[in-house]
Amino acid sequence: MEQPASAYFMEERHDPNETHTLTVLVANEPGVLARVIGLFSGRGYNIESLTVSETESHKHVSRITIVTTGTPMVITQIKHQLDRMIPVHRVVDMTLTGRSIERELAMVKLRGTGEHRVEALRLAEAFRARVIDATIESFVFEITGNTGKINQFIDLMRPLGLVEISRTGVAAISRGPEGM
Amino acid sequence: MSDSKPHDPNQMTGAAMIVRALADHGVKHIFGYPGGAVLPIYDEIYQQSEVEHILVRHEQGAGHAAEGYARSTGLPGVVLVTSGPGATNMVTPLADALMDSIPLVCITGQVPTHLIGNDAFQECDTVGITRPCTKHNWLVRDVNDLAKVLHEAFYVATTGRPGPVVVDVPKDVQFATGTYHPPRKSDVHISYAPRVKGDANAIRKAVSLLAGARKPIIYSGGGVINSGLAASKLLRELVEVTGFPITSTLMGLGAYPASGPNWLGMLGMHGTYEANMAMHDCDVMLCVGARFDDRITGRTDAFSPNSKKIHIDIDPSSINKNIRVDIPIIGDCGNVLGDILQVFKSEAKKPDTKDWWKTIATWRARNSLAYKKNDDVILPQYAIQRLFEATRGHDTYITTEVGQHQMWAAQFFGFEEPHRWMTSGGLGTMGYGLPAALGVQVAHPDSLVIDIGGDASVQMTMQEMSAAVQHELPIKIFILNNQYMGMVRQWQQLLHGNRLSHSYSEALPDFVKLAEAYGGVGFQCSKPGDLDGALQEMIKVKKPVLFDCRVAALENCFPMIPSGKAHNEMLLPLEANDEATAAAFAGGKALV
Ligand SMILES: Cc1cc2nc3c(=O)[nH]c(=O)nc-3n(C[C@H](O)[C@H](O)[C@H](O)COP(=O)(O)OP(=O)(O)OC[C@H]3O[C@@H](n4cnc5c(N)ncnc54)[C@H](O)[C@@H]3O)c2cc1C
Ligand SMILES: Cc1ncc(C[n+]2csc(CCOP(=O)(O)OP(=O)(O)O)c2C)c(N)n1
Repeated sequence: MEQPASAYFMEERHDPNETHTLTVLVANEPGVLARVIGLFSGRGYNIESLTVSETESHKHVSRITIVTTGTPMVITQIKHQLDRMIPVHRVVDMTLTGRSIERELAMVKLRGTGEHRVEALRLAEAFRARVIDATIESFVFEITGNTGKINQFIDLMRPLGLVEISRTGVAAISRGPEGM
Repeated sequence: MSDSKPHDPNQMTGAAMIVRALADHGVKHIFGYPGGAVLPIYDEIYQQSEVEHILVRHEQGAGHAAEGYARSTGLPGVVLVTSGPGATNMVTPLADALMDSIPLVCITGQVPTHLIGNDAFQECDTVGITRPCTKHNWLVRDVNDLAKVLHEAFYVATTGRPGPVVVDVPKDVQFATGTYHPPRKSDVHISYAPRVKGDANAIRKAVSLLAGARKPIIYSGGGVINSGLAASKLLRELVEVTGFPITSTLMGLGAYPASGPNWLGMLGMHGTYEANMAMHDCDVMLCVGARFDDRITGRTDAFSPNSKKIHIDIDPSSINKNIRVDIPIIGDCGNVLGDILQVFKSEAKKPDTKDWWKTIATWRARNSLAYKKNDDVILPQYAIQRLFEATRGHDTYITTEVGQHQMWAAQFFGFEEPHRWMTSGGLGTMGYGLPAALGVQVAHPDSLVIDIGGDASVQMTMQEMSAAVQHELPIKIFILNNQYMGMVRQWQQLLHGNRLSHSYSEALPDFVKLAEAYGGVGFQCSKPGDLDGALQEMIKVKKPVLFDCRVAALENCFPMIPSGKAHNEMLLPLEANDEATAAAFAGGKALV
């Protein structure tokens, strides 16, 4: 590839991208989510999934779980950029700790009759998905698991009359007795 | 409750709290512009004398003035502006201060809380708009939170990596009465705790690298200025103790004196040949408070390929952002330099750098800042050199606008001390220098304050001449008038086939008459032989001055690292004839 002739072009980085799950503990105050999201859009970082909720209300602490992709240098930048925000208490790279459990919840709506219904129910059982709503011509399944399992379930449901999916995004926690 | 309860002196309105907090933080001057949403605060300002208010002519001017004030004193600059357009006019200085790590506290008025979100008159989402251009910002909805937020704002702006903050105060909160308290530790988020002291292990490793270096270089930056006078002193001592050569970024000029024997000049795109060559060929690089900006590194894959790199920075996000380093040390550079010196003095001796200095001498001999003398027209480089000579012996502060004149000022004006050089480096904001000079002069009323400007830049904030006249601030605006947006014209010549699209300054005003119209003094000079005399006259004047220095129109700023090239492939001024230039920039389009 011919490089553009400038003293200051940014050459492409060829390091492969990695996917990391970050847990961010923040002060639960107005605007904090906007700061985090603004950081990602402003600096061109990827958000694959983001979940947030207050987890320790007496301490006004919320927990944000972000799944992001980037080169190792970019992932490190993301962590430093998050960490230097004033209301951010801690940033933990769950992927680096190698000891994290990650779960998502999805609700999957299916429309169909006859053979498709039977097949869907059979698969749901294999994936431990629960039926949380049913009519004569539809089901809503609830399934939890890691992202891969949920993707697989959705792929299997697609030919059986998939109508709609709602997913929570990833929540993560570390294994073992220690808290973060 | 009885009626005889004594009046609690800490009960006051939000507006009074703001003025009180300024006084409690030792603020002597604020820069601002009134409007509906800050009238209660202006009313408080009117009734006291601790804090002096400098009225500008445009909120952007207030912001840059506060930046100049901050950079020349080491204190935070404080700004007060109204809601809506007042706040949006502040966006440029906030972004500028964020880029250059300048501590600013900006207080903005906001529409009353019950109207927020209603598209009320002069409403804008100030915290939303300024979020990405501040270190942090706050909207205060309750008067009882105001004291805490104001104190935290000062703390955040001035500690760690300094930066601008905004406190947005709705008008009803300014009117409401609540309880004030003086600054206390618990005002600050517990999650905010910048690291000041460097890791002892890393410092030890750094010293052993430094001690073993044969081709070392110290690359210092704006962080040394941010850290305060002590850091510059320690930096000088380190240079002395090690005998290492030192270069600096645009933002770090003055930390090491330009007359010092180990000074290589500025590095980077328009830096000296010796500084860039030494960066390229060194075996150990000590980066102190600089951020490997793209104006420095050029192609990152060809940047100083064979060196071990040590990086001292207070902001972990500056480390490994553009360039991978071997030994990161997170901490304040004054603090870390102190520790490095201590370990170095007790465990190492001065490395032998004789051969390295010999190599550097051959690079110096290329004389990369040379220019052809001319008796008929003033060359801009010559003008800066004469200005520098004329100001010797004066207590001088220099600000600049953005463009070629800024680079020539950096190359040819020798800075001996930190805090004497105010320039917009990161954002590159034309119109910065004139109001910045105003702010510097407020802080240093008896000093000689000069804005080195270009004919295009100064017109962006020219109206602050009126503020300078009002407040009797005798700033000197020294305009290198080449009748072009010279820096743009240079790039068009070198990279866009000399198609000078919209870079000619048509219809320039008569700067002498303009100065007089404002109530200042105008000078014009177009002959090299007249320049020294005119400069002496300018310095004598105790009023704001516009000095129209007519310079060669088509001079280019060299040295320059040309297209797609690394540090060791610079284009030097006397070698930049038409063919060499054409070859160096052949077929290129610049991305940045
Ligand atoms: C037209 C134009 C041309 C330019 N050409 C050049 C050029 O040729 N050469 C050049 O050098 N620049 C040039 N610049 C400026 C350039 O864009 C950057 O602004 C500049 O190089 C950055 O300087 P710095 O690395 O010192 O960083 P700064 O922006 O000053 O950042 C300071 C760094 O120090 C850290 N820091 C802050 N406080 C502390 C502390 N107390 N302790 C430790 N660390 C601290 C910060 O976290 C940050 O990483 C040019 C600008 C313009 C407008
Ligand atoms: C606010 C703003 N707009 C545009 C630019 C792009 N720009 C950089 S330098 C320059 C020309 C400056 O001309 P002048 O002030 O006359 O200085 P000279 O380069 O001629 O010394 C321009 C337009 C900028 N840096 N800032």
